[in-house]
Amino acid sequence: MTDPHAAAVPSLADAPLPAVGVSVARLPPMTRRLPTGREAIRFAVCAALLLLITTPLVAVFAQGFAAADGLWAHLLQTVFWTYVSNTLMLCLGVGLITGIAGTGTAWLVTMFRFPGRQLFEWALVLPLAMPAYVLAYAYTDLLQFTGPVQTLLRQLTGVRYGEYWFPQVHSLGGAVFVLGFALYPYVYLLARAAFNEQSVCALEVSRTLGCSPAATLWRVALPLARPAIATGVTFALMETLADFGAVKYFEVPTYTTGIYRAWFATANPTVASQLASALLLFVFVVFAAERLSRRAGRHRHTSNRYRSLRHDRLRGIAAAAAIVACILPLACGFVLPAATLFAMAAHSGGDLLSTPRLIELARDTVLLGAIASVVIITCAVVALYALRGGRSLLARLAAMVCSIGYATPGVVIGIGILIAIGALDRLLATGLQQAFGISAGMLLGGTLAAITYGCLVRFFAVAYGPLEAAMAKIKPSYEDAARLLRGSSTSVLRHVHLPLMRSSLMIAALIVCVDVMKELPATMILRPFNFDTLATEAFQLATTERLDAAAVPSLLIVAAGLLPVILLCREVRRSRPGQG
Amino acid sequence: MAGRLRGLFALLAAILLPALAAAASNEVNIYNSRHYTTDTRLWEGFTAKTGIKVNVISADHDQLIQRILQEGENSPADVLITVDAGRLVFAADKNIFAPVSSPILEKTVPANLRDPKNLWFGLAYRARILVYHKDRVVPSELSTYEALADPAFKGRILVRSGTNTYNLGLMGAVIDADGVAGAEAWGRGIVTNMARPPEGGDTDQIKAVAAGLGDVALSNHYYFARLAGSANPDDQAIVRNLRVFFPSLDDRGTHINISGAGVVRTAKNRDNAIRLLEYLLSPEAQAYFADVAFEYPVNAAVPLNPTLAAWGPFKQDRLNPAVYAANSAEAANIMDRVGWK
Repeated sequence: MTDPHAAAVPSLADAPLPAVGVSVARLPPMTRRLPTGREAIRFAVCAALLLLITTPLVAVFAQGFAAADGLWAHLLQTVFWTYVSNTLMLCLGVGLITGIAGTGTAWLVTMFRFPGRQLFEWALVLPLAMPAYVLAYAYTDLLQFTGPVQTLLRQLTGVRYGEYWFPQVHSLGGAVFVLGFALYPYVYLLARAAFNEQSVCALEVSRTLGCSPAATLWRVALPLARPAIATGVTFALMETLADFGAVKYFEVPTYTTGIYRAWFATANPTVASQLASALLLFVFVVFAAERLSRRAGRHRHTSNRYRSLRHDRLRGIAAAAAIVACILPLACGFVLPAATLFAMAAHSGGDLLSTPRLIELARDTVLLGAIASVVIITCAVVALYALRGGRSLLARLAAMVCSIGYATPGVVIGIGILIAIGALDRLLATGLQQAFGISAGMLLGGTLAAITYGCLVRFFAVAYGPLEAAMAKIKPSYEDAARLLRGSSTSVLRHVHLPLMRSSLMIAALIVCVDVMKELPATMILRPFNFDTLATEAFQLATTERLDAAAVPSLLIVAAGLLPVILLCREVRRSRPGQG
Repeated sequence: MAGRLRGLFALLAAILLPALAAAASNEVNIYNSRHYTTDTRLWEGFTAKTGIKVNVISADHDQLIQRILQEGENSPADVLITVDAGRLVFAADKNIFAPVSSPILEKTVPANLRDPKNLWFGLAYRARILVYHKDRVVPSELSTYEALADPAFKGRILVRSGTNTYNLGLMGAVIDADGVAGAEAWGRGIVTNMARPPEGGDTDQIKAVAAGLGDVALSNHYYFARLAGSANPDDQAIVRNLRVFFPSLDDRGTHINISGAGVVRTAKNRDNAIRLLEYLLSPEAQAYFADVAFEYPVNAAVPLNPTLAAWGPFKQDRLNPAVYAANSAEAANIMDRVGWK
């Protein structure tokens, strides 16, 4: 995201540069020559990664080429359009909530001073620790017909069912609410980082040219922050498309639950695969469109002159409005559900998980998060570096394809990996049998390697996106300078890029870690024997109608997620360029 | 460089270790879709008795079945346990199970609670009952499942989603009793009579009756038993004014579903798997199903949970689950057609 060291590194960029907002043309490649050994290796690594990440998706795709014996006709007649319209409404709603709440709060806490601003600045990230399905459990308990709120309402007013209107939790609206407030921190984080690193010069120039503060936001700050906001909203929407836990619990028929139903309940892999492929295609198109539109208007900061942002002090009604605007998403996404979970945990009698069992669950969860984030970050850096500056369409296409896993429902990835690893295991088993006469059985399936693989496919984009953004912010002039000094590409990576991206790496690793710990469907499908995570345990308790018992593991997921999130908060607070 | 390689090997070892551990000899691998936090007691009991180590993956039955299918011949699964007959039959259709001939199993499990070819065996059974409010429903109003579609129940019925396996099982049985057209008409009647669109699980329907949202809830018996047998005052407050009724399907008796298990065709530890099934039907394990899970034990020698015993005996529909489960695809289509969401 941002690099605190940027200003400290002496470079060509310290020289006077063209006006703000105008892109710096990249120097043309110095020489064009045939790939050397090194570059061939780079290409091979890249191809291997691409193969690794796309194999499960292709495996799913391949299931689609068969006759679908009538299920399509039935789907089209009955539920298909419900899936589509629900999913579109869900995306629209979540896009609006995350875009407005995320960008709005980010702008408020970066640009203004008001009571509580310093608290909100970091606290607004907290919902990141709260998986959407946990929010779903908490709000179900709180707001359902038999929950405390409605019961109190009936007791106080004497009205009965049907005589009053109350928002239905288990509904499309409920899902929009839960996903929107679980996911807005993605937009908040990225928008805040973008606002934070904008040069005061740009803002001041706009003010001296006669823009009001609102016009400055609209015409300068937002366009400069647009790639960050778009990335944030894209993340949120991809999470929404892939969400399974919350919509399944709310029984909202979405495209994803439709795929699940076709694949698992009616066991029609052909139709399920066709549904999944259509979804992937849709995501791919949206993805490509977003990238293309970003290319059309490329805004870059060109000034390195950072001063502290001038915070306008808000008073009276304006301050109160700002406070309310910050409290609302924080309360909906974190405080209220967390308090509800505590109450549920306190209420539940018996059937609770024992302490040793909880420790075991927490240990497995953290282990998985740690292993997966190391693997994923490594792969992302390798891919990023191999694709860096890749002008070819192929390179860009590769980056996009690799990121598509993020919008792919975990169930689809789970199935894809079962198919891919199953085939690989059969191959290995046959090979070992023929070569050494050993009957190996299953080697990779049912190991942590399988889930780690699943997480890699699913969360590659989470690591790749921010790192790519960070890399893009490192001015090509640095690398050109290093290259002029005869630095090899590995040494440029080690001595220029990685140090500059240190904080982004840290943030990416933490986000991936939290995401992996929260991950539900792929973990459910792929995990080894005697290996349960807090997420799988909570989900199974909730779906077997012991919501109270699910509160404790849910709280632990939140707690485990909080640690990285707090570090993230600190990172965010320190991330003002020139103050590192 | 050497240090880095060591690190890499350590990582690889950490990732692959569970697989190696699972390859040890005297053990049994269970794919389990029953989910109770206290299930470990069952497995510990088995290990204590036989010395056989138990490995478990618990997940949704559909997920486990897909996993076995994709793993193919290499699947480490020895036993598949599900909580729905429909899924057992489905697994059998997919050629996942191998028949087991065990005098103990055949003697303990009544013929209507196991597969005709002994591919799977019921471990415990659950009745699909009615839970009603004692002040708003006269017991004489209640008779059959079919009667719930009568206009007399308009706006009074609470029932969960039609995609749920327990409702699919019931619908499959209604198809068997009344034919496809009859079942579809019944489904339409139920949808018309719903107090609200399907929402939540069986427990939520029971709670909604207590809160006055509707009068009669369709539920598996143990959800109500769990509340009735609970020491929690909140749960006691819910069940205080509620009563249970065992409806009949046509005149055959109450629809029952099973929690059951089969030995996987590709099992590497087949003997251990059979011993596990035999253990699960032993009085010791069956008492666990009865006491902790509030299910009806398949082993007739095991006493009922006091909560269930208090409800008295009931006439069960002896239709083999294999029959109604075979109707589940048709049942799912009917649910979609009648709008039972």
